[in-house]
Amino acid sequence: MVLNCKHVWAQISDYIEGDVAPELRQAIEEHLAHCRHCAAVLDSTRNILVLIADDRTFELPLGYGDRLHARLQEEITGSE
Amino acid sequence: MKFDLTAQVQSAGSAAGGSAPARDVALIARILGGERELFHELVRPYEKSVYFATHSILQNEQDAEDAAQETVLKALKSLSSFRAESKFSTWLISIAINEARARLRHARVLKFESVDQSPEEDNGSFTPAVITDWREVPLQALERKELREQLQKAIASLPEIYREVLLLRDVEEFNIAETAAALGVSEGVVKTRLLRARLMMQRILAPQLQSKKSGLFGLFRSKAGGSWF
Repeated sequence: MVLNCKHVWAQISDYIEGDVAPELRQAIEEHLAHCRHCAAVLDSTRNILVLIADDRTFELPLGYGDRLHARLQEEITGSE
Repeated sequence: MKFDLTAQVQSAGSAAGGSAPARDVALIARILGGERELFHELVRPYEKSVYFATHSILQNEQDAEDAAQETVLKALKSLSSFRAESKFSTWLISIAINEARARLRHARVLKFESVDQSPEEDNGSFTPAVITDWREVPLQALERKELREQLQKAIASLPEIYREVLLLRDVEEFNIAETAAALGVSEGVVKTRLLRARLMMQRILAPQLQSKKSGLFGLFRSKAGGSWF
């Protein structure tokens, strides 16, 4: 199985998930070994996903949890 | 936040949303038995996910928080309808998404805008930014506000259907089945949207981040020259 760059891009998400068949995985890795562009696309995509998954990237509004539980307590108390 | 996609997918297996963790099942039984105060403990581990789910749709802090509060109240009121064959977290997030979507529809109607503004999922190809090489941006760089804002802005710029799936899968780390269950779509649709969302993020961010490697994030380069670490 020989893949071109577009084939690899179409599989890149499943490849990152580890959700491609062994034969396809091997073909992707053979392509990546010889294509610096696709290797860079894969590395950059993975890197960006690691960055957005970090707790520091998205923060809750200050006091969100307190306000949420205060509202919830009103409901619990009020319905008793 | 741990990030190991492959391991996560494997450990999650094929559970379609999975069954509810024993902790949640036990708490739910006690709450339904009358110990309603325990609902605080039930939702606490998921309250952040609820906010990010509503924010992914509403794109506004106050609206997202209001929708998150309403979500939790609705979950309390309808807890008896929860079925333990699904995860409580998936059920809760699906309520959050429906609540946020309803508010967005309402806001659009008030503004006389089209209710159906999400882009159609066309069959066109999504291409990444083709770059020659990639120098990794380390996690330490997230200490810089500029980088966090770039990432947030990139996600905010995605069309809603892609933003939702990226937030649930890649930020909140739901597995594919859980993401599909929360959004009410098939796993195939989640995978297609995820591919496009990830490539869009790469296309937006890769050129920006690489162009700043000697400026914004120069702090993280070694004295020896060039390394991000």
